Amino acid sequence: MLTVYPQTKTYFEHWKDLSPGSAPVRKHGLTVINGITVDAVKKIYDLNTGLLTLSELHAFTLRVDPANFKILSYCILVVLANMFPDKFTPEVHVAMDKFLAAVARSLSEKYR
Amino acid sequence: MVEWTDFERATIQDIFSKMNYEEVGPAALARCLVVYPWTQRYFGNFGNLYNAAAIAMNPLVAKHGVTIVRGLDRGMQNLDNMKETYSDLSVLHSEKLHVDPDNFRLLSDCLTIVLAAKMGNAFTGDVQAAFQKFLSVVVSSLGRQYH
Repeated sequence: MLTVYPQTKTYFEHWKDLSPGSAPVRKHGLTVINGITVDAVKKIYDLNTGLLTLSELHAFTLRVDPANFKILSYCILVVLANMFPDKFTPEVHVAMDKFLAAVARSLSEKYR
Repeated sequence: MVEWTDFERATIQDIFSKMNYEEVGPAALARCLVVYPWTQRYFGNFGNLYNAAAIAMNPLVAKHGVTIVRGLDRGMQNLDNMKETYSDLSVLHSEKLHVDPDNFRLLSDCLTIVLAAKMGNAFTGDVQAAFQKFLSVVVSSLGRQYH
């Protein structure tokens, strides 16, 4: 994401090293992915409630433009296709895309 | 005028030289029809598109997938002239086929994902950025003649 959509780097200017594989990038990537896989998947039947705190964080503290959720979701899909070429069939792709879009929507809930 | 770095030119040409058009084109179009089902609206006469398996096996989808990639090849051969290269196709897609230009972006995303799956470790962030820049210029050129 940081490489392909350089405008997203504006949210991370406080990191010393924004290159792929750097320590802060790896650490934060893990934080985000855990939020999606551990939190969101567990609360998949009520994402708005489940992601309320995260939504407030992104809306009021981080102030991330919600358009970026789409960008990161797409990058996640690209990485999944790259890491699991045989498993990432079109059906798996559409399910993941639908899920990530729902997560993005719930994360945007508290914005306004 | 789009400026291409040497890395971008080399990357784009390399991707196409190694690409199996008969495999990637059909896979990308089929994926687009499954992941974004509303795109099926343009293929009413393609026969059976009822489920992912049918789409994957549909010969008309396969044939059109190859046609699309050959069209991209033309762009790759004319990186400094994409607007003119695609002006006839732009008119075709707008005046005759009436395709919503947002669909070009959806297909581009599917094509990138198919390539990501095929290229493994070679598909770095920089390679992805170069290829997506190419596709976005194609998409923009295809949208130019709409009014």
